[in-house]
Amino acid sequence: MMKLRFASPEMLVDINEIPDLDYHRVDDDGTIRVGAVCRHADLERSSLLDTRQPTMAAAAPLVADPIVRMRGTLVGSVCHADPQGDWASVMTALDASIIAQGPNGRRSIAVRDFVLGPFQNALAFDEIAVEAVVPTPRGMPAGGYLKLERRVGDYATVGVAVAIDRVGSQVGRAGIALTAVGPATIAADAAAQKLTGRPLTADNIGEAAELAAEAAQPKSDHRGSADFKRQMVRVFTSRILTGLLRSEEEAA
Amino acid sequence: MIVELTVNGEPVTARVNHPGSLLDLLRDDLGLPGSKSACEQGECGSCSVILDGALVCSCLVLAADAHGSAVTTVEGISEPGALHPVQEAMHRAGAVQCGFCTPGIVVAAADLFAVNPHPTATEIKEALAGNICRCTGYGAIVRALEGAEIVADR
Repeated sequence: MMKLRFASPEMLVDINEIPDLDYHRVDDDGTIRVGAVCRHADLERSSLLDTRQPTMAAAAPLVADPIVRMRGTLVGSVCHADPQGDWASVMTALDASIIAQGPNGRRSIAVRDFVLGPFQNALAFDEIAVEAVVPTPRGMPAGGYLKLERRVGDYATVGVAVAIDRVGSQVGRAGIALTAVGPATIAADAAAQKLTGRPLTADNIGEAAELAAEAAQPKSDHRGSADFKRQMVRVFTSRILTGLLRSEEEAA
Repeated sequence: MIVELTVNGEPVTARVNHPGSLLDLLRDDLGLPGSKSACEQGECGSCSVILDGALVCSCLVLAADAHGSAVTTVEGISEPGALHPVQEAMHRAGAVQCGFCTPGIVVAAADLFAVNPHPTATEIKEALAGNICRCTGYGAIVRALEGAEIVADR
């Protein structure tokens, strides 16, 4: 907010020096916890995410550019609540929460309720966000993140996060969220609903892609027309899910 | 507040009265203008420095946050009077146009070669993805660094 000259606070408290906030780990039950000072670069190089959380693994190397990834953090990105931020979509698709801590203790806020609008989040003035929590998967986690950008490091023209938990041949849980196609991160719940409780097929992938495109609220700007962006939501949703279907078929 | 840090191997102390960046501290207070001030938003990479071993945009680090840190700027990337092998390679290939982005490119490339002595063109492009050359002289920069006999340490 300071770099955008939106804020000029009289006093700042540096949370970088608070010890033990730079972790990311997987609990025994599969819950993933990311501390407030864990950098994008830590997640990009993580050996945990590839197998335990593929949607996060796909997004980590696409955030901004390598220099920015050295300092920026997942929790900071979600707090920043930029509609073009990648992590808020990934966390929304995963039904993740932010843990806020204040003088009266800790509370958990679902990311979809935490991100209120452009650069606005649900933290009270005397709270800080200390952790992001991705809940235990209800099966084998699979998914992806795709982002269209004019050049590496530019903000997303369109981004789509897809996260599913497989239970046998069925989709046990699905989440789809959209980056940069509305005034805030968009949860494409109707699209995700189409996938839940049945196997992935070309038909329901097509339906989900259509519903994700309908959920988008893009505006025409210098990055592209609204129609183009909506089409890219359709393409990316379908491309991620088709890739998952293909790898499922290959494994069978 | 008083900020104490090490810059290019020298201990320095500065008084910071404003929410200034590490870049402001380096340029205005310490007289090190090699790191450039351009976008001031982490977009262009022209202010790249190495902070405690990590390549960062010094415009996005508050000066106060650098307290107790070790910083290497383009001025300290090589021995006095000598060129860093990355500078040598870019000089030889003429991989400089207006020169504004060059210090940031040099620091980012030196950081790359310190961990990867033989990067491919793709790896060079990825490592320099945060550094914008407004002259669009990327081809010469990548060619200068690709296959260069660069043994770097920092």
